[in-house]
Amino acid sequence: MKRYSVFALARNAMSYHQGWERAWRAPEPKSEYDVVIVGAGGHGLATAYYLAKNHGVRNVAVIEKGWLGGGNTGRNTTIIRSNYLQDESAALYELSRGLFEDLSQKLNFNIMFSPRGVLMLAQTEHEKRALKRTLHATRLNGVHTEWAEPSKVKSLCPIINDSADARFPILGGLWQPRGGTARHDAVAWGFARAADDLGVDVIQNCAVEGVDVQGGRVVGVQTSKGAIRCKKLGIVVAGHSSVLADMAGFRMPIESVALQALVSEPIKPCMDIVVMANTVHGYMSQSDKGELVIGGGADGFNNYSQRGSFHHVEETVTALVETFPIISRLKMLRQWGGVVDMTGDRSPIIGKAPVEGIFVNCGWGTGGFKATPGSGHCFAATIAQGEPDDVAAPFSMGRFAEGRMIDESVAAAVAH
Amino acid sequence: MLRIPCPYCGPRDHAEFDYGGDATVVWPALDDTTEAWVEALYFRDDPKGPHRELWRHARGCRLWLIVERDTVTHEISAAHPAHPGMADEVTAQSQAETPSA
Repeated sequence: MKRYSVFALARNAMSYHQGWERAWRAPEPKSEYDVVIVGAGGHGLATAYYLAKNHGVRNVAVIEKGWLGGGNTGRNTTIIRSNYLQDESAALYELSRGLFEDLSQKLNFNIMFSPRGVLMLAQTEHEKRALKRTLHATRLNGVHTEWAEPSKVKSLCPIINDSADARFPILGGLWQPRGGTARHDAVAWGFARAADDLGVDVIQNCAVEGVDVQGGRVVGVQTSKGAIRCKKLGIVVAGHSSVLADMAGFRMPIESVALQALVSEPIKPCMDIVVMANTVHGYMSQSDKGELVIGGGADGFNNYSQRGSFHHVEETVTALVETFPIISRLKMLRQWGGVVDMTGDRSPIIGKAPVEGIFVNCGWGTGGFKATPGSGHCFAATIAQGEPDDVAAPFSMGRFAEGRMIDESVAAAVAH
Repeated sequence: MLRIPCPYCGPRDHAEFDYGGDATVVWPALDDTTEAWVEALYFRDDPKGPHRELWRHARGCRLWLIVERDTVTHEISAAHPAHPGMADEVTAQSQAETPSA
């Protein structure tokens, strides 16, 4: 891999930028791999990268039905934060947020990590108490958060309606200064390029059609490009986890629903932080292009269609106009949906499947993007060692039977 | 956006309804094993395609329905009353309440 640098840029400028090599190969699948990862989204690619980088497992293929990063990786609102209430979640998401800090340097790919700060508004007394509880919990877990009084909220984000007459007044906010955003596509591309450089085969346009299990153990997968044998199989297919599990002959505590987001027409810079307004049910940040990136709640029913319901868009936008009156005349430019998989406690599942040799990483619900590097990090350790590491262990599928729920029903800071 | 043909009220926008989840879940007996309850509470087939599910016409007749819907195309092939016999009873009642000319 030729490194990207200012010198490479200058050198390639001499040849009119015609000499750049492909960022990753387009290999045909080999007949056998040590590990096959299904799903070349951010999490799958990060898993492959850390398998090769941290564990020396380089005979790895990442198989993707469509194109790399074309699922939820490219459909989220790119928010990164780790201000979670539960200890297990704080460990996982703070690991991830920490990895984002120097990920551009590690991957030699600019993922545009922007720790601009994430603010969760408290707009009811109840919410204020709940967020203060989260504040204390995160501080005990070593995650840096601060309480922002209403005056600080207004100085952090002047476009917020702080009128005392507002239907939902600003009572303060939970401020995580090192939270922020990153370029979602670049995260997938960066991991793909770095993994490819370490010998991982990223195979696109290759749909998995079946999982071969012999004597209770996985031996390979059937794909649209033929059979591929493997010793271990990692399933990282958010939105379609139940479909893959069905192929392998087990069930998941998951339901697939649609989550949508939208962006406005581009306007001049007006907010330089991420604001999440839980009570009015919406969150917003401004992209580098000037568009306001808006997210809301998930549609409340099983859905595999990657389309959201119009009335949820209406709900989200109506709610945000209340808190950000300046957006009332903005036109919305684009809207899209992704299929996310929901677990009963709104926390992910990372660990072993009921079939020997199969590992699952799924159930990220509405908040998986922020976890991309951390998820790949601990899932790679789990696959390499055959047992979950300390971060992944609490997220086993067995927690549902054992009653060890990791209750994060506010995972996206909005009700699901 | 779905339009659900409520057997009591006719076709209505899905914003009038609340979702009740998978209608194929069979609830175990109260003294059944933990495993049976974990299966019923958390594990789902989550099919990509035809799905039998519960909806409640919360902002309408407030009755529970069983709806057959495709989770990819959103095509609704059928909507039945969730409680057998309820439809007849409701019809009979409304006829009884209708003032005669």
